[in-house]
Amino acid sequence: MTIQLLFSLITGIFIAGSAAYLGTLMLSKKMAVVAGPLGHLALPGAALALIYGFSISLGAFPFVVAGILLIWLLEIRTKLPMEALTAIVFAAGVATAFLFLPLDRAEAALVGDISKVGVDATVASVILCGLVLIVVHRCYPAIMLMSIHEDLAKTEGINVKLYNLIYLSAIAIIVALGVDLVGGLMTAALVAIPAAAARNISRTIVQYGFASGAIGVISAIIGILISNYSSLPAGPLVILTSSTIFLVTVPLAKP
Amino acid sequence: MSEILLEVRNFQVTLDGSPIVSDLTFKVEEGEFLTILGPNGSGKTVLVKALLGLLPHSGDVIWHRKPRIGYLPQGLNQMLVRDLPLTVKDFYALKKLKRAEALSFLASVGLKDDVLNMRAGYLSGGEFQRMLVAWVLASRPNVLFLDEPTTAVDIAGGETIYSLLREAWRAQKLTVFNVTHDLSIVFAHSTHVLCLSRFGRRCYGAPREVLTPAVLSEIYGAEIKFYTH
Repeated sequence: MTIQLLFSLITGIFIAGSAAYLGTLMLSKKMAVVAGPLGHLALPGAALALIYGFSISLGAFPFVVAGILLIWLLEIRTKLPMEALTAIVFAAGVATAFLFLPLDRAEAALVGDISKVGVDATVASVILCGLVLIVVHRCYPAIMLMSIHEDLAKTEGINVKLYNLIYLSAIAIIVALGVDLVGGLMTAALVAIPAAAARNISRTIVQYGFASGAIGVISAIIGILISNYSSLPAGPLVILTSSTIFLVTVPLAKP
Repeated sequence: MSEILLEVRNFQVTLDGSPIVSDLTFKVEEGEFLTILGPNGSGKTVLVKALLGLLPHSGDVIWHRKPRIGYLPQGLNQMLVRDLPLTVKDFYALKKLKRAEALSFLASVGLKDDVLNMRAGYLSGGEFQRMLVAWVLASRPNVLFLDEPTTAVDIAGGETIYSLLREAWRAQKLTVFNVTHDLSIVFAHSTHVLCLSRFGRRCYGAPREVLTPAVLSEIYGAEIKFYTH
């Protein structure tokens, strides 16, 4: 195994695992598809990164954060559903991106490229994903209760605005990092598919979170290894692997 | 004599420019079982949500002692969690309750140990509501807000829920705010009633004193026949 492949695997495992764990909350809040538009929102940043030659995740991050803050503020002001606000904000992101995105070099932004990830990006991904995992794990009961009944959560003393901000910040970090692994077009799949597969086979919340994370990690390993031994990009292979696992779990689902 | 726990003065809630509750003034003593009664659309749920700080309002809401509030919201039933892999044990873990504590609270509402490992979404309406009552009581509140706690439950199940709530009210010296449009609940369980109507008619006091046929007709906007025994 080359050191480059090791970096790719470590980065992919951390991003896919934490995205999948976060995805269990997003699926519960019926917000899994939100990661897709947010991935699109990363595209203007990815365009700048390609033009000026720096990390796509680094370029994506401020745009995703700005978009999420905008959605958070609009939700407080308008009380429109978050998925509707995300759809509104992401359209602006996509439109802006296609004004600047150099289409001849756009593949990395659209479908990701983790095969050339360096030591700095690997360390940054591990630290950020580890942070997201710890924070999400600590906030999990509160956010789950909010997704079941927001008023009940409020009367139990949960600061809903604060937890929504933490939750959206975690999504911002994961989406920005996810653009490196699967590109701006497929980030929704990174959070939604492992969580959906895990729900098919889980009876308890602990099983749900653990199974989703495990499916994310397994998908990343298989996708990156196949990519390494073929000329195919890793991002679509990771997503196709998790899609296959989802199909395998379908007969086990309890409607 | 009990002390005043809550004073509400010139209370008003306006949603989308329409006044839903206007110029409402009342006091609640510690240990009251107050039923907020009224037909659909009279603002019962809005009043409760505003008192809980979940909706904006004007006027004064003065708690003379800091309340530890428990809340059973309207419409929280097993169907809401049906598509989640959430056991009863998980539901109690959301409150960071340990297994033994959860079992003791479940036993207090007549649920057996094996319920703990069942999916919350697959409980019957009555079982889910009892589980929820125990869950709310587990925070050891001294004030309980209940919004139509038996909507999704059959008559026998509803009676069980109210018996449990009344038992908890007595044993734990709770002050209860209970929203319902069911007159039988008021006479059977409440010490006081606050009635609201869509037409501005109000009443407050002991149920048998204030709920006369004439007042009920004004509250519900139709002739109401109700026989108390």
